[in-house]
Amino acid sequence: MGCVESMNYEILMRNASFRECRDYIRQHFREFIDVQPGFKIFDIHLIGIPPIAIGLDADFIVFPYTKPCHGTFLLRIEDTAEATRLRTLKK
Amino acid sequence: MDVVLNGQELVNVSGEPITPRGSALLVLGCPQVPVQTSIALYLINRLKKSGIVPVVAGNKSANTLLVIADPDRHYLGEVIDLDRAVGLISDKKRDFDRCFVFIHNDAGITYAATMGVISKAKVFALIYGEHYDDLVKQIDFPCTVIAAKAVHNPMPLKKAIDEVTPWAA
Repeated sequence: MGCVESMNYEILMRNASFRECRDYIRQHFREFIDVQPGFKIFDIHLIGIPPIAIGLDADFIVFPYTKPCHGTFLLRIEDTAEATRLRTLKK
Repeated sequence: MDVVLNGQELVNVSGEPITPRGSALLVLGCPQVPVQTSIALYLINRLKKSGIVPVVAGNKSANTLLVIADPDRHYLGEVIDLDRAVGLISDKKRDFDRCFVFIHNDAGITYAATMGVISKAKVFALIYGEHYDDLVKQIDFPCTVIAAKAVHNPMPLKKAIDEVTPWAA
């Protein structure tokens, strides 16, 4: 999948359903944005059932990442530039 | 239409190339359920016979299972990485008329929903596996559902596909 897998990420949920990941983000993050499938974050196009929630917590970004064989992971990655870009989209 | 398969080309019975009637993307899931590879080859054959150019997109294992099973490419045409396919369609660099998504887990549902948003293709959800009925209940977006309890034996899913004749749609 490219560089997300080589980044310093934390897995918040694994083998979860996509809906469980979306509910987790909405319940645990005051700041989140909804995007459509295909939205590009880091170097990937997000897969998901619309709307896809992306959580923001300071410089941390929390988003679902789906692999065909392993289901959906909820990843948490620190990236100041990407967090800033996402906040810009909210406005 | 008299169409015969000649490698990756669609040709008529005289061996002359014909203009394709459309294109189809086959989105493969995890290959852990055996029927996927068999049904993919069957569907590719039926699509090509109908003048539709099939393109396969899967992860490395799913794609390799097909490539090894059809080394002379009698059935298989273009094969691309799944993430790359999603990227190309999202960036509007490529699209298809039909999209068949192989589904036997939650991830498959997610890919089908994604294709329904990023692509203009008519989406067919091919749902199979031990818990196919639970997966069918999760489909709440526009698509044609083709479902059967098929794990090792592909016949129930083949029959379900034949009833819908998606190559004629």
